Amino acid sequence: MEKEFSVVGQRLPMVDAAAKVTGAAQFTDDLVFPGMLYGKILRSPLPHAKILNVDVSKAARLPGVKGVVTGAEIPDRQYGIVPKARDEYALAKGKVRYIGDEVAAVCAIDPEIAEEAIDLIEVDYEELPAVFDPLDAIKEGAPIIHEGVANNTSFAIRKEFGDVEKAFSESYLVSEDRFYSQAVNHAPMEPHAAVAQYDPIRGEMVLWSSTQIPFFLRRNLSATLKIPESSVRVIKPKVGGGFGQKIDMFAKDFCAAWFAMKTGRPVKFVYERDEVFIATRQRHPMYLTVKTGMSKDGMILAQQFLAHADGGAYNSTAPTMMALSCFFLMVPYRVPNLLYEGYHVYTNKPVGGAMRGHGIPQARFAVERQLDMMAERLNLDPADVRFKNSIKAGEPHPGGFVINTCGFADSVQEAAKAIGWREKRGKLPFGRGVGLGGASFPSGVTNMSHISSGAVVQVGRDGAVNVLSGAADIGQGAETVIAQIVAEELGVPYEAVRVTAADTGITPLDPGTFGSGVTVRAGNAARIAAQSVKKKLFECIADELEANPEDLVARDGKIFVTGSPDISIPFGQAIKTYQYKDLPMPLVGRASWMADTKEPTTLFNEPGNFSPNYSFMTQAAEVEVDTTTGKVKVLKMVTAHDCGRPINPMLVEGQLEGSIAGGMGQALYENVIVENGQVMNPSFLDYGFPTALEVPEMETIDIETDDPVGPFGAKEAGEGTQLSPAPAIVNAIYDAIGVNFNELPVTPEKILKALQEKKQAESS
Amino acid sequence: MKHGIELSVNGDLYEVLVAPNQTLLEVLRDKLGLMGTKRGCDVGACGACTVLLDGEAYLSCVMLAMDAVGKKIVTIEGLAENGTLHPLQDSFVRLGGLQCGFCTPGIIMTAKAVLDEEPHPTEASLKKKMAGNLCRCTGYTKVIEAVMDVAKRTGGQD
Repeated sequence: MEKEFSVVGQRLPMVDAAAKVTGAAQFTDDLVFPGMLYGKILRSPLPHAKILNVDVSKAARLPGVKGVVTGAEIPDRQYGIVPKARDEYALAKGKVRYIGDEVAAVCAIDPEIAEEAIDLIEVDYEELPAVFDPLDAIKEGAPIIHEGVANNTSFAIRKEFGDVEKAFSESYLVSEDRFYSQAVNHAPMEPHAAVAQYDPIRGEMVLWSSTQIPFFLRRNLSATLKIPESSVRVIKPKVGGGFGQKIDMFAKDFCAAWFAMKTGRPVKFVYERDEVFIATRQRHPMYLTVKTGMSKDGMILAQQFLAHADGGAYNSTAPTMMALSCFFLMVPYRVPNLLYEGYHVYTNKPVGGAMRGHGIPQARFAVERQLDMMAERLNLDPADVRFKNSIKAGEPHPGGFVINTCGFADSVQEAAKAIGWREKRGKLPFGRGVGLGGASFPSGVTNMSHISSGAVVQVGRDGAVNVLSGAADIGQGAETVIAQIVAEELGVPYEAVRVTAADTGITPLDPGTFGSGVTVRAGNAARIAAQSVKKKLFECIADELEANPEDLVARDGKIFVTGSPDISIPFGQAIKTYQYKDLPMPLVGRASWMADTKEPTTLFNEPGNFSPNYSFMTQAAEVEVDTTTGKVKVLKMVTAHDCGRPINPMLVEGQLEGSIAGGMGQALYENVIVENGQVMNPSFLDYGFPTALEVPEMETIDIETDDPVGPFGAKEAGEGTQLSPAPAIVNAIYDAIGVNFNELPVTPEKILKALQEKKQAESS
Repeated sequence: MKHGIELSVNGDLYEVLVAPNQTLLEVLRDKLGLMGTKRGCDVGACGACTVLLDGEAYLSCVMLAMDAVGKKIVTIEGLAENGTLHPLQDSFVRLGGLQCGFCTPGIIMTAKAVLDEEPHPTEASLKKKMAGNLCRCTGYTKVIEAVMDVAKRTGGQD
């Protein structure tokens, strides 16, 4: 059978792969400008304190120091990625709220002098009582971390539909269980960095930043520096991974810009690894109580949730995180009656933010674990329970989601088959086990956040295609996917497409890389822009081919008449024809794309559709528990995955594999350990995410659906797949040793303790 | 007190003034402008700064520049010859052995040292030898595939 597409669906290398393997790819810290200064930040050593006085005189007098700034000097403008949740200053004003909070910054002619100057700044603090656990922080009388925020609860969400109490009373089995997910650091390999350069004549600020959100960063920088947005240009060089941690402005961005303005010289800030751990973002620790009612045959009748997220000292994405955590309990299973109460609580600890899955991994862990526990009590197969509760495409959704395509039920069956579920579950020797986890994730959001992407496609005289896109490639391959989409649409090889991306001074508006929306949103914008170019070209050359423009097809470097591939002209020839007809060059197509919804909705109080489409997946793990050491070896992880139609299967696989390693880290190893507000393991030596030795054999099964909204049928890939590895692994541990773990991570220490307790219980 | 030293990097000799406590990584990046070698942790825990010294993999962030005198240093910039990618580089490109690319230079340098020493490693041996190079994007699967592919095709020789 002839392939439907020539470029889409191909395993093509990333457009910038050669630059990355030769060391030529430029990341922010690789940029050097003449006369550049280097900045450092002084951070709070106390978890909660009033700043009484900051004496910078000694630091300012140190030879080589070119600037010092404290929170007292900067404009009184708080910032934050979510407008209604702004609560942060680039440098603390009056009070510090966690160990690592920014107090002052310096810039100097080299990093060593800047470091020395930081040590010369004298700060008088009045220490305040601090609180480190959200369940303590909500109590009456707890220290108040932000004035006016009662019970330290900065955001609360309550969502309800159906009649939960009635459904519980009609349930055959009701189970209430408590779960905890720990703090996880994104640990991107590239530490956060920024370089700023200011043009005092034009009043223009240029900031190169390791960011996932160039346009939001422009807005935050403009607001906090009090200069017009049009005077700020944010350029995103190569970004060495983000996973959500680079969704925010940071002190390094503001301070680089501040000093560039004050000194007239370029200024660079690069965070040390411990600053990345302590003073950027982390996955929210979360307590979650889940009460589920099931019928005798395992149908979910109702679910009730109570969630407390440990937000740390500031909001960052708090409202979005809580909303996602709540809304994505409504997929992939049909939950006819739901009540969710969730609270985002401040503590004097590092700040929670968006991290791959963004609030959903914590909730998914709880639900997937409980589902297994309840299936056992009902004497049902957990795979069957997942299969029969799966939502279906096209059916009415209780929360108002519009599910056009859904491969979840198939994914359960395929993942179970591939791991050998029927032969293995409950049948392997003690210490070996298999487990499942299911999940669904959005491909970006609908227009409730006014989020849209633009693209410009331009074809020059030589037939070369240039795409301007605001999409932020942080290593996931956004530019490659956009190049493939445009190449497919125009029928040119993808090598002929150059993508210029993420420069707010040049490229069209784009919200950036978060919520897994890039392929669908920026991809659709690029595709429509390419279609507009194609339309103009077809109208021009239709006569040459003696056909109607509507009957033409562009593919494999040629333009031909549908059904008659012999009647064709090469793409380059078509461009020449266009030129010789004295039509204006270059050929340009533009588009802006936003997901379609009937009306804007927050979904907080009413049903609505969250995303243009939804990915679905089931992961199946096989583990071996060493009962002597307590160590868990993940032997195999199968992912059966509906990401629509993959634009580039090799990149999709890469996303899955990386997700699994990260999910494994959350399940077994990773934990940002905080004692009295102090992070105890802020280094790669002590933190310990998976290496090549730990990762299991991975198998990917594609459950292909053809989504009507995504470009060429695509949906998100690679974020949703970090939701289910942890529950799949922990469910497999249960199968292996018969112990239910409901708190992450499941460390050897916990396993040995549980095995000992089990032995004692069995012998008594 | 700074010292004038001579370093051989990618076949070229450089005279540089260095402080006794300056690391090889600092000299490569900040003095020679060879930005392909990356600073990921500065404590020798991530492998992003890996370079070759007389063919062996070293972590340049925990090595003093003065200790590299007299050694043949090869960085990621020294692998491709006359514009042709080294087989490892080519394999990483084709097989998707990278995503963000920040750890990639260090990973490729380690892989080169491994294959030069053991041209046909087993997958288990390769994973063990590559375990000092951290990557947060790929889950290592395609990294290992890319190196094994070179081992298969070329036996690890240049």
